[in-house]
Amino acid sequence: MPSLKTFRLRIRSVQSTQKITKAMKMVAAAKLRRAQEQAMAARPYAEAMDKILASLGASFKGGTGPRLLAGTGSDKVHLLIVATADRGLCGAFNSSIVREARRNIRALLAEGKTVKVMCVGRKGRDQLRRDFSSHIVETITDLGRPRLSFADAHKVSSRIMEMFEAGDFDVASVVFNRFKSAMTQIVTRQQLIPPPAPDAAGAAPAAGGGAVYEFEPDEGEILADLLPRNLTVQIFRVLLENAASFYGSQMTAMDNASRNAGDVIKKLTLQMNRSRQASITKELIEIISGAEAV
Amino acid sequence: MAKVNFRLVMPERELLATEADMVVVPGSEGDFGVLHGHAPLISTVRPGVLEVFQGSKAEQRFLVVGGFAEVTPERCTVLADEALPFETVTAEQLAERERAAERDLTDAATDAEKAAAEKNLTIARDLRRAQAYYAGR
Repeated sequence: MPSLKTFRLRIRSVQSTQKITKAMKMVAAAKLRRAQEQAMAARPYAEAMDKILASLGASFKGGTGPRLLAGTGSDKVHLLIVATADRGLCGAFNSSIVREARRNIRALLAEGKTVKVMCVGRKGRDQLRRDFSSHIVETITDLGRPRLSFADAHKVSSRIMEMFEAGDFDVASVVFNRFKSAMTQIVTRQQLIPPPAPDAAGAAPAAGGGAVYEFEPDEGEILADLLPRNLTVQIFRVLLENAASFYGSQMTAMDNASRNAGDVIKKLTLQMNRSRQASITKELIEIISGAEAV
Repeated sequence: MAKVNFRLVMPERELLATEADMVVVPGSEGDFGVLHGHAPLISTVRPGVLEVFQGSKAEQRFLVVGGFAEVTPERCTVLADEALPFETVTAEQLAERERAAERDLTDAATDAEKAAAEKNLTIARDLRRAQAYYAGR
């Protein structure tokens, strides 16, 4: 039977853990709100960009146009960008992304494709290194400190562009967590290069609204300027969604941890009181039986 | 007179959404004014000053660094890489930016870095020139 003192010590240690997880939960909640606001604020730009791209894309049909839009004409080499967080203590956030990435890598390898992996975020690299270290070509960490900026996204996308221009891959897609709510995040794989064709038949006439744009300078030049930028915007969106998901996931995880710590404290207190009563009862019996013997 | 619905957005946030009588955008092939009923147009934007007119007066000015403008008869949307209210930027800041770009250019080791630095330097020079020109008006 552990003594009263060890119980007290254990309770105190769980209590201080609980304090930490509670504080982390609150910090995550505050940061989540900020991340959500940031994601909202970035939306108008992305939407306007999509609109321009749709009206431009309409004039390049069926595999014409720059390679960034039409693809390289082959799909031998895949680049998988695995966007995770740098830090842990966030529930299944990183693991679920990595699991999806693994599944994708295995599927692509089974099809006989070459797979290259680009890790954005330390945790993804740490987990993938075990099985696929030979596939990892690039790692980018420490993004978004103190807060996520467009320049961070640019860092990632310019690296991708460099590799694309050097002909290092044909198809690029990214695995990340789409933010649905603080409780639910959806692991998503999205193709970046070439961009998935929109349902051209339905969307194009509707988007144009009968208006035919003039282009200044010409379509080709605008497109050449716009496509790399669009890639950056996509990456930025991925990073923002990921950041919001991370904090959401961390908040939930820390909430659970605080609750579990509470349960442990309750259990320990009960055990402590039981053992205290047991020892009192024992002493009483000793006293009474001693008195009877006299 | 009917107004044009103008929006100035940066990747990180929307800077301005307003109704304006006229917007003058620094297009890469020359400035153009947008009034209600402008022909649909998509243009790239060069580093320069964007003016928002209410009546015949330029109410707001912004320094913009590259991007795109999409114009339809009702609306004008400018996607700027970077945009700053004109009043908040001083000549010294821009001169400092130019010096920083020059330093980057001399420090550049690889061709890619050099190209990026050169681009930044051109932008910084254009901005400073635009600022100096508009500051007097």
